Amino acid sequence: MTTGLILWLALTWAQIALALAACFSCLRLFKGPRAQDRVIGLDTLYFCAMLMLVVTGARLGTPFFYEASMVVGVVGFVATVTAAKFLIRGEVIE
Amino acid sequence: MSTTYLETFPWWIALPAAFFMVVGSTLALLGTIGLWQLKSFYDRLHAPTLVSSWGAAAILIGSVLLFSWGGSRLVIHELVIGVFLLVTTPITLMMVGRAALYRDRVAGSRELPEHLHLHEPAPPEAAPAAALPERKAD
Repeated sequence: MTTGLILWLALTWAQIALALAACFSCLRLFKGPRAQDRVIGLDTLYFCAMLMLVVTGARLGTPFFYEASMVVGVVGFVATVTAAKFLIRGEVIE
Repeated sequence: MSTTYLETFPWWIALPAAFFMVVGSTLALLGTIGLWQLKSFYDRLHAPTLVSSWGAAAILIGSVLLFSWGGSRLVIHELVIGVFLLVTTPITLMMVGRAALYRDRVAGSRELPEHLHLHEPAPPEAAPAAALPERKAD
């Protein structure tokens, strides 16, 4: 069992686990009884997508996935904060 | 799938990177299972922090190890994402938590513990000083 195979297995497991994690957060996003549950599910879905991009970039050895994951992280933060503000005030920009 | 690119790493890079990748992705999976399974919203608010604290950190450390060998220099631009997550996660969770507290108070939800509810104003014949009882700590 070579180290390349071990690394291959680890990266495959990482991708499968992150895909399952995205599925679970999608379940909370669709099921969530109230709006704040859906916001938490969306936030976690953004995190899982970002980590999936990082793992895919490390597996393929290309640096181009880094910018994509950075953008997904920033957009996820702004989306969650905006949704939370909307839940409190009923409007985003006053 | 071919493992030729992954065969180029020596064992002292590949094994720690594999360990960090497995630990991070498993923690992310556990956090989202908690998000799916826990009963109350205030319990569920804690579960995704597993994803954003050590799930993301371990995956980013593994990625730093792999890219540092591939680029034959220290590549730490993944740590920018790590610092960004470290800064923004408390902000988002505090905003969502305050929104949920506000909405539960308005709706009088039973998920909220009794001492966190805003009490009803006293009837008008009571003394005005006691009209609004002091709010307990949030």
